[in-house]
Amino acid sequence: MAYDKFTILKSSAVPLPIENVDTDQIIPARFLKATERKNFGDNLFRDWRYNNDDSPKKDFVLNNPIYSGKILVGGKNFGSGSSREHAAWAIYDYGFRAVVSSFFADIFKGNALNIGILPVTVSPEFLDKIFKAIEADPKAELEINLPEQTISILASGEKESFVINGYKKHNMTNGFDDIDYLQAMKDEIKTFTANSAY
Amino acid sequence: MSVKPTTLFDKVWDSHVIRKIEDGPDVFFIDRHFIHEVTSPVAFLGLQTRNISVMFPDRTFATADHNTPTINQHLPVEDPLSANQLKALEDNSAKYGISHWGLNNPKNGIVHVVGPENGITLPGMTIVCGDSHTSTHGAFGAIAFGIGTSEVEMVLSSQCIMQPKPKKMRITINGKLGKGVVAKDVPLYILSQISASGATGYFIEFAGEVFENMSMEGRMTVCNLSIEMGARGGMIAPDETTFNYLKGREKSPKGDAWDKALVYWKTLKTDADAEFDAELSFSADDIDPQITYGTNPGLGTGITKNIPLSTAVKDGGASYKKSLAYMGFAEDEKIIGKKVDYVFLGSCTNGRIEDFRAFATIVKGRKKADNITAWLVPGSHIVESQIKEEGILDILNEAGFSLRQPGCSACLAMNDDKIPAGKYAVSTSNRNFEGRQGPGARTLLASPLVAAAAAVTGVVTDPRDLL
Ligand code: SF4
Repeated sequence: MAYDKFTILKSSAVPLPIENVDTDQIIPARFLKATERKNFGDNLFRDWRYNNDDSPKKDFVLNNPIYSGKILVGGKNFGSGSSREHAAWAIYDYGFRAVVSSFFADIFKGNALNIGILPVTVSPEFLDKIFKAIEADPKAELEINLPEQTISILASGEKESFVINGYKKHNMTNGFDDIDYLQAMKDEIKTFTANSAY
Repeated sequence: MSVKPTTLFDKVWDSHVIRKIEDGPDVFFIDRHFIHEVTSPVAFLGLQTRNISVMFPDRTFATADHNTPTINQHLPVEDPLSANQLKALEDNSAKYGISHWGLNNPKNGIVHVVGPENGITLPGMTIVCGDSHTSTHGAFGAIAFGIGTSEVEMVLSSQCIMQPKPKKMRITINGKLGKGVVAKDVPLYILSQISASGATGYFIEFAGEVFENMSMEGRMTVCNLSIEMGARGGMIAPDETTFNYLKGREKSPKGDAWDKALVYWKTLKTDADAEFDAELSFSADDIDPQITYGTNPGLGTGITKNIPLSTAVKDGGASYKKSLAYMGFAEDEKIIGKKVDYVFLGSCTNGRIEDFRAFATIVKGRKKADNITAWLVPGSHIVESQIKEEGILDILNEAGFSLRQPGCSACLAMNDDKIPAGKYAVSTSNRNFEGRQGPGARTLLASPLVAAAAAVTGVVTDPRDLL
């Protein structure tokens, strides 16, 4: 599915300073029953966000109006668990375009990049600084510059660079996806199968 | 010119790279693709939107498992959303000419159980599925891992995905496992030592006597849990045990093709002197029956131990405390003797015949504890038939247990098999995340033996006391 191009994102951020946020928390399995990609944002962090009677849990960050923005900042080992891309869809559909953490689980990271969410890996120290900046001012803005591969805390000017491979960066900044790339390679793929073991 | 020694992983990976993108991923060819009802519909929708087709329909295999009921499978599926997904899988498979083992098909079962049991999974293959426990198939010396729905669409449309090559880790365990210590305890032990993110970024090869002496079922259990270590997957070099398992399976090569395959399969091992990015080793003597007490699979310990103090755990801060609070446990408490409400035997981790045999060794001649609700769910119809043929069902029935029908069931609780909030389940599945087995459910992961011991005593019990 096509997604919006990503170049520079300037936004306040939502803090979730919890480690090992797994995909079952991001979207519980019982919300994976759709056959279309629709409204997954409504169930993002469902069981942390709502009580059993569907009333919002006041102490959860998404229910706290002082926090908002297109950047989600999570603790270490974000997105561990299942391969469900629904977790990335839920984050995207809720309105986030980037997730910042000091460590991402592999599959989540791949899924995020495939659907247009930028996972930004920062040092544990920088992550701490971001959490502190948001604690001091919930509206504190971050700037993620993909072409330059940097993330900064605007109020203090503190900045760190992050890593992304050239291919994925090109895709993100242009809104391309891998299927376009692979479709153009079909002859090469056919030739390959002629000599493969299986 | 001397050839550089390579690992099993390199051999299989490198032979499947069609193109290397500079400063980018490899274009990686996939031999076998499994799909199920939950993560495939949006991928098929994508094909439709782009107006493209399935490139090699005979390389994809569909089975219904995640959402299926485990009782009364002959009746129409009650939940309309589940029924809709099952129908979508059936229709999409028919439309594109993909093999489909739906509900009530005698071959139906959990994707990672039916693949190997029908000889679809073979050594040296690359295998993917939109389910992270695809790593199970690594037991055969295949590179197998879970993918997201965008990638399912890629495989359907081009049989390739874009993957950066992971780093390589070898975990070696020598020695002999003690009494009451089974395959499941090995990865749970490794997890307790390296944590749930200890192998992130790596692909693991399991090596050493413990794995060499393990059955194929056991190896599948080990590779299944490699993903819980954060690894992309895990694999074990194929050997006589592998070949014996595969011989005669429905889709295994036959006749000359078998002989030819065998020659190739025997080349699939790590050369002496090949290098890994990380090497770990453990001793079999240190492994006791394991059980988890927290909300990720890395928070486990030997069953006779106490719950560790936060000061003794890496990352023992707020997340650790939150985890114990969710479980209703306190630091330094004994785990043995804790009351259990539910027992779940099943899933692609421990839903195979050997797991039912193990469970039966303990319940034989005993009775189910009154406080226990037990869900015993075979991984496939073939496993279900074996249970009956081998007389295991009689043992289970005599002890007051009954058998459900195959499916993922309480492993992810997408169907009605949900553990109620606040209740404790000793589960042979793979994840103890908050709410994984139902909102508010509290999961203790363990082997089929530990599950059986809890099922007959009603509390967490060391299975060695009952063997
Ligand atoms: S049993 Fe659990 S882990 Fe295995 S395929 Fe089903 S849901 Fe996934």
